[in-house]
Amino acid sequence: MQQIINFIIRYKNLLLYILLMIISLAFTIQSHSYHQSRFFNSSSWVAGNIYGFSHSFNTYFDLDDENERLLKENERLRNKLFNTTTSPSVEVDSSVRYTVISGQVIKNSYADPRNYITINRGENDSVSQDMGVITDLGILGIVENTSNKFATVQSILNTKSNINAKIKNTNHFGSLIWDTKTYNTVQLIDIPRLVPLNIGDTIVTGAMSSIFPENIPIGTIKKFDLDISKSFYRIDVNLFNDMTNIKNVYIIKNLDRKEILDLEEATSNE
Amino acid sequence: MNRGIFINIIRFILLVLVQVLVFNRLNFFGFINPMVYIMFLYWYPIKENRAVFIGLSFLLGLSVDFLSDTMAIHAAATTTIAYLRPAIMRFVFGINYEFQSFKLSNTTKAQQFTFLALLILVHHSVYFSMEIFSIANLLLIVKKVLSNGLASLILCLLFSTLFSVKKE
Repeated sequence: MQQIINFIIRYKNLLLYILLMIISLAFTIQSHSYHQSRFFNSSSWVAGNIYGFSHSFNTYFDLDDENERLLKENERLRNKLFNTTTSPSVEVDSSVRYTVISGQVIKNSYADPRNYITINRGENDSVSQDMGVITDLGILGIVENTSNKFATVQSILNTKSNINAKIKNTNHFGSLIWDTKTYNTVQLIDIPRLVPLNIGDTIVTGAMSSIFPENIPIGTIKKFDLDISKSFYRIDVNLFNDMTNIKNVYIIKNLDRKEILDLEEATSNE
Repeated sequence: MNRGIFINIIRFILLVLVQVLVFNRLNFFGFINPMVYIMFLYWYPIKENRAVFIGLSFLLGLSVDFLSDTMAIHAAATTTIAYLRPAIMRFVFGINYEFQSFKLSNTTKAQQFTFLALLILVHHSVYFSMEIFSIANLLLIVKKVLSNGLASLILCLLFSTLFSVKKE
């Protein structure tokens, strides 16, 4: 007994170091396998308010650019609205499938292998886990953690990200992943070899996802190669979004999501 | 004594804030983010209790993690250099550093530089190995350690000159 106590006293620093190292490794590995750690994320009250505070200063510096961008988007949407052939009164029906919540980015990162974006909307604004986040140009990511006033978004620039995507105007779909190399390119895999591809083709979100609506733009094909199995393509996609410069975002809530998930679960249990 | 604790608390908070609000957003060349909070370990008094020092460093790393969504990678890297600091100091300053009268400000510029560089090298090696987490990408790890390490070293040197303790 005496010897054990002596041993502990003698090596207390080493033991402390090993203990702390195990704690940090546990946190890291646990969040490698599944969602981001529930405790260490910037949607928490303290972190959210620190970023919110600095955001309220920074936001003044690019008001002009942002206004310009919003004006452009309004212009595009109005063009679409005035040129729709069906009159709005015919369309009034009960098939509202998505609601959109607007928000602003208060923290963005794109240099790590696993990037997260923090936005200033949370549970109070009915934002919850697994909602899609887009900008006026294209998709951005999926909500991962929420607090009352803030939420963290798993960016598409994240090795854990895996989003259903397809080639525009076809039904060939694959998965969108990121190889961590550059922040303006993501990879689309699992597109079969027989699909005719051209450089410059547009990639949009697919219909398989219960998170994003179909046909939200992602990017254009930069280059494509066959993968090791020689039967699927591995496509480099140039993102429409400039991931380094994001301010206003839209959070999409799929009202049918619960029903879809319940149904899928019931089917797989049989 | 009390003044020392006070200064260290202020330094802790300021370094964390500067790190997450300024240097984590730098993204120089798209991926270089210098880590200046290492200066806390460089400045921390030598004669203090080692266990407290390791605990504080863990907290420092954890606060940075908490604000930059990096799980607990910063914490692991910072705890490692906190634990290894005495060994590094013995290597750099020789047997001198165990004397009561030893002060960081009395050492030569070359020694301070080596000390800081070693701290940063160990820290960044642990950090990027854990961040990338695969031996297959060894080249990428080395590239990131060297480029980020250089940036951190330059900024930390600037910091140490800017806020240097006056020689008495």
